[in-house]
Amino acid sequence: MIGKIAIVGDGDSVMVFQAAGVAAFPAEDEKKAREIVRKIAKEYKIIFLTEELARPLKDFLKRFDEEPYPIVLSVPSKNGSAGYGEEILKNAMERALGVDILFHGD
Amino acid sequence: MARLNVNPTRMELKKLTARLNTAVRGHKLLKDKSDEMVRRFTEIVREDKRLRDAVEAELSNTLKQFSVARSVTPAYSAEAAFSMPSVAIEAECGIDNVMGVEVPKVEMSARRAEGLPYAYAEITSEADYSVDMVTALLPQMILLAVTEKKMRMLADEIERNKRRVNALEYVMIPQLEETIKYIKDKLSENERAAVVRLMKVKSKA
Repeated sequence: MIGKIAIVGDGDSVMVFQAAGVAAFPAEDEKKAREIVRKIAKEYKIIFLTEELARPLKDFLKRFDEEPYPIVLSVPSKNGSAGYGEEILKNAMERALGVDILFHGD
Repeated sequence: MARLNVNPTRMELKKLTARLNTAVRGHKLLKDKSDEMVRRFTEIVREDKRLRDAVEAELSNTLKQFSVARSVTPAYSAEAAFSMPSVAIEAECGIDNVMGVEVPKVEMSARRAEGLPYAYAEITSEADYSVDMVTALLPQMILLAVTEKKMRMLADEIERNKRRVNALEYVMIPQLEETIKYIKDKLSENERAAVVRLMKVKSKA
């Protein structure tokens, strides 16, 4: 099964991915991003989403955890990382293990 | 603990004992499964953390560099230059199985054309670097995507499994044990009653 890769994010951040061969979908705000993700979720197997857009869409993105595909991954945008990735990690860890084994409360 | 609403008969007793056996065995199996899943999960979490740190650092850098490159290029020519990719990144997507959880498994298959998708004269060299860096970073990003997805799915499964284990341990098994005890009590009570009745009948005769 061949899967395509897409990125959803603000214009500047996604442009460079387009040059690298990833389908880019510019989205300015979370509403637009939600629409785009919903539309492309069937077609693309891996969807990168910039952190600014992924954070407010947390509940919406939860539904993708049920099935192996599509994979939605939040990536930092050009404004740098705001720690959302670590938050996801921490959250999953606390749910599964009940304790934090990596960050030790810092 | 509430006992089940059943008739205190030998039939029921037999049925319930069988159920209790199954429940105990299932509980043990699920507990073992849970232990193993947690072990795998911790491995995946560590891997995910490592990858995420690497990818985030690289990507932030690259994107920052790219914004610099963009800011010195007129918007329309940047737009035109970057909208025609020279590579088509595709990934071979399969299904992997981790402890009964179906997780994605991806292999990269980039068909890479030589060079950049635009003429060197159009765009500053910073942009070339950032495009190169992104291309180099993509396999890692995909790996991270897969690892993180695995982690999330496994976390869900562990949670679900834990609930099952607890339901068996704290509800099903005590309930069955109590009901079995109740039936046994009731049966021996009946037996005693029968013996006493016989003795009475005999003494009168």
